[in-house]
Amino acid sequence: MSALLEIEGLTLRADGTRLVDDLTLSVAAGERVALVGESGSGKTLTALSILRLTSGIEVSGSIRLAGRELTTLPEAQMRDIRGRDVAMIFQEPMAALNPLYTIGNQIAETLALHEGLRGKALQERVIALLTGTGLRDPEQRVNSYPHQLSGGQRQRAMIAMAMACSPRLLIADEPTTALDVTIRARIVARLLDLQQRTIQERGIERGMAVLLITHDLPLVKRFAQRVAVLEHGRLVEVASTEQLFAAPEHPYTRRLLQSVPVRNVRPLDGTENVVLEAKGIQVQFQQRTSKRLFARRISTHAVQDVGFSVRSRETVGIVGESGSGKSTLALVALGLLRPGAGEVRFGGLPLSAYRGAQRRQLRARLQIVFQDPFGSLSPRRTIAQIVGEGLALHRPDLSETQRYDRIVSVLTEVGLTHDCLHRYPHEFSGGQRQRIAIARSLIVEPQLIVLDEPTSALDISIQKQVLELLAELQRKYGLSYVLITHDLAVVRAMAHRVLVMKDGRIVEGGDTLDVMERPTHDYTRQLVGASQ
Amino acid sequence: MRAPESRATQSPGLRVWTRFKANRQAWWSLVILASLFALSLGAELIANDKPLVARYDGRWFLPLWNEYPETAFGGELNTEADYHEPFVRRALEKPGNFALYSPNGWGYAAMNYYPTTPHPAPPSLTNLLGTDIIGRDIAARLLYAFRISMLFGLGLTAIGVILGVAFGAIQGFFGGSVDLITQRLIEVWGSLPELYLLIIFASLLEPSIWLIFVLLSMFSWIGLSDYVRAEFLRNRHLEYVSAARAMGLSNWQIMWRHVLPNSLTPVITFIPFRISAAIMALTSLDFLGLGVPAPTPSLGELLAQGKTYLYAWWISIPTFVVLISTLLLLTFIGDGLRNAMDTRSSARLSKVVP
Repeated sequence: MSALLEIEGLTLRADGTRLVDDLTLSVAAGERVALVGESGSGKTLTALSILRLTSGIEVSGSIRLAGRELTTLPEAQMRDIRGRDVAMIFQEPMAALNPLYTIGNQIAETLALHEGLRGKALQERVIALLTGTGLRDPEQRVNSYPHQLSGGQRQRAMIAMAMACSPRLLIADEPTTALDVTIRARIVARLLDLQQRTIQERGIERGMAVLLITHDLPLVKRFAQRVAVLEHGRLVEVASTEQLFAAPEHPYTRRLLQSVPVRNVRPLDGTENVVLEAKGIQVQFQQRTSKRLFARRISTHAVQDVGFSVRSRETVGIVGESGSGKSTLALVALGLLRPGAGEVRFGGLPLSAYRGAQRRQLRARLQIVFQDPFGSLSPRRTIAQIVGEGLALHRPDLSETQRYDRIVSVLTEVGLTHDCLHRYPHEFSGGQRQRIAIARSLIVEPQLIVLDEPTSALDISIQKQVLELLAELQRKYGLSYVLITHDLAVVRAMAHRVLVMKDGRIVEGGDTLDVMERPTHDYTRQLVGASQ
Repeated sequence: MRAPESRATQSPGLRVWTRFKANRQAWWSLVILASLFALSLGAELIANDKPLVARYDGRWFLPLWNEYPETAFGGELNTEADYHEPFVRRALEKPGNFALYSPNGWGYAAMNYYPTTPHPAPPSLTNLLGTDIIGRDIAARLLYAFRISMLFGLGLTAIGVILGVAFGAIQGFFGGSVDLITQRLIEVWGSLPELYLLIIFASLLEPSIWLIFVLLSMFSWIGLSDYVRAEFLRNRHLEYVSAARAMGLSNWQIMWRHVLPNSLTPVITFIPFRISAAIMALTSLDFLGLGVPAPTPSLGELLAQGKTYLYAWWISIPTFVVLISTLLLLTFIGDGLRNAMDTRSSARLSKVVP
């Protein structure tokens, strides 16, 4: 195999800091290489610099595509290479597709530009491409706008667009991160299939090479032939996939591989009492059938006849895809959303029975930690204000000094030092922000915390630390958790029991390990299969 | 155990301020405009008919604060002394007596009864920028007109911001039917013809600057409330608002502490532009003769005179210069504020948009 892409001594600088440092990597024709690293490691930047799509960044070193130097190529010739020789798939297909054009139009654009196809031949090629990606009803979908498609369908359209001119190199930047687990597996399988087909059709020398950029290790294991590991802009290890997973050499690689969360659950001893109990919960949303004022309204069920209970010191995982109703259920459990039918009891009393001062106390005992550590902290308040707000509200009897001491001690508890008190959220990393969010909930001494995707926005090594912190806090304070996630690895690590939700219903529930090992429902089997 | 006080970092507001100060054009515009405005607030000490301090027959007089009849200076009339009167002047210049006048010896209303050339008189040593059609000092009128324009602009903007933020916040935060109904009401209110109302009220009531102020402030908030509403609609769905709600905070606490501070960017960015729009509104009304009654000094009235007496360049050109520099300075400040508030333009690492 000859090298298709050769990167030599690539260094990227911005404002004097080195973002990528002396990176040397080659990709052979028809090869699948994964570039792995955490956020901020420079992996996306490296990919973008191949296509010269970075702006405001100083590039030095050499990038050769089939022997042609790309860094010094005139912009006009570079445009020919983009889309025809090298194509790219982005993480968020909704943002990467133009919302004002049909997907057919957008795929046709590349073809018309690079291959000069017109009219019927063009239309047929577009449909053939969409068929190739496994999109159902390509003849109709070709006229759909991006917002009319689901996430998976959009990503398929993106793939069709990238494949349009049979590129020699496909750069896939986190192609599945924004998708649901079960769809991820299918997209990856399809990508692999398409790549294999190009090799069969054109031979290995002309086959498509794929540079996969990701932080998702299971995906790497299934897809890549070779793996390159990036740490803070430095390439620390390049090895074949089997070798890397079997015997990682660099300590950072080892750390990455070990950061898959391990089960850290203390068994219940049977003396725990039920803290929260939900019965027959139904939530409906009224939707208008059209924009007209007196249009008929139809109600869709977000949650249908769901019941569950949580005991003290217990973690109940709720697993499901986006739109399965799990976050709606969490809002109902917290009493922030009134269910259409059914009842939630907390501490033996229905939530609706809490009134006035009692209701305020209830708010302190039921807390929530959100998914996005960037959106859940108000950017214009200091950490002391954010953490102290609940305390000021629920414990007005404390003096200012006592409050201050509490804030400092709860921050210490979650692993932060007191020097962050007067700083603002933007100065902290994702993991630190999530710790702040946990401290904000913890300070009002809750009995139950709803964790809504608490780690899905974090890097895996950070994810493990946060999960460990949560487990430790549970042991120390006897907290109950309702853990909402799409990530089975997190559930396996944290939850005593798990409920699997699909389309607003619980399709399966029970002891976590039982469900994982012997899934009975079809959907659960798919989920478990996709996460291995 | 009390931990040692930690080093506080810059608040987001302070960062905007630092960025604003780094923009030299905007920063100097603010400094210049603020000093001119501060100076104009002390206009009585700069341009006044009366002496600031006077000594007559061994007694001290403070004509700026107290009214003295002409008899106090040896005159005949029992009315307030006219310090431009040659008789009073001579009395104060006698040996032993003394009077300290302001740098520009004319107020905005007094007429020069002893002109060497007919009014409007060109610049001379008596009237530095000449006089207007009835002999009032242009320099003094410009100074007072600038002060009134600025005060009017600031006042109208303040009322507009308060009302606009209040209405926008309520619409955006509560949404739904509250939003729907308020929006319709605002649309009806906004479609009332401002200028007709002004003309009608000017004929019904005694025209005054307060009438204009009240009428304009009833409409000046509408545009702003739309921006605030949009910001609130966006921010109320963010997770920190849900987190505050889960904490048990009331709606008003959430609005005040969490949503409002994060929704003020468009409000603050627009403030300088709103001030200049208010100044322009007052000037245009005065120019059309619908504005403040005489002898209130106003830029619009001076412009109108300049238009009528085109040859009297000393009326039109200085007025034009004052008006244009005020608006220009405000625009520079606004531009600087907009850039300082816009975090995207100062982002360190521009990620690519293919």
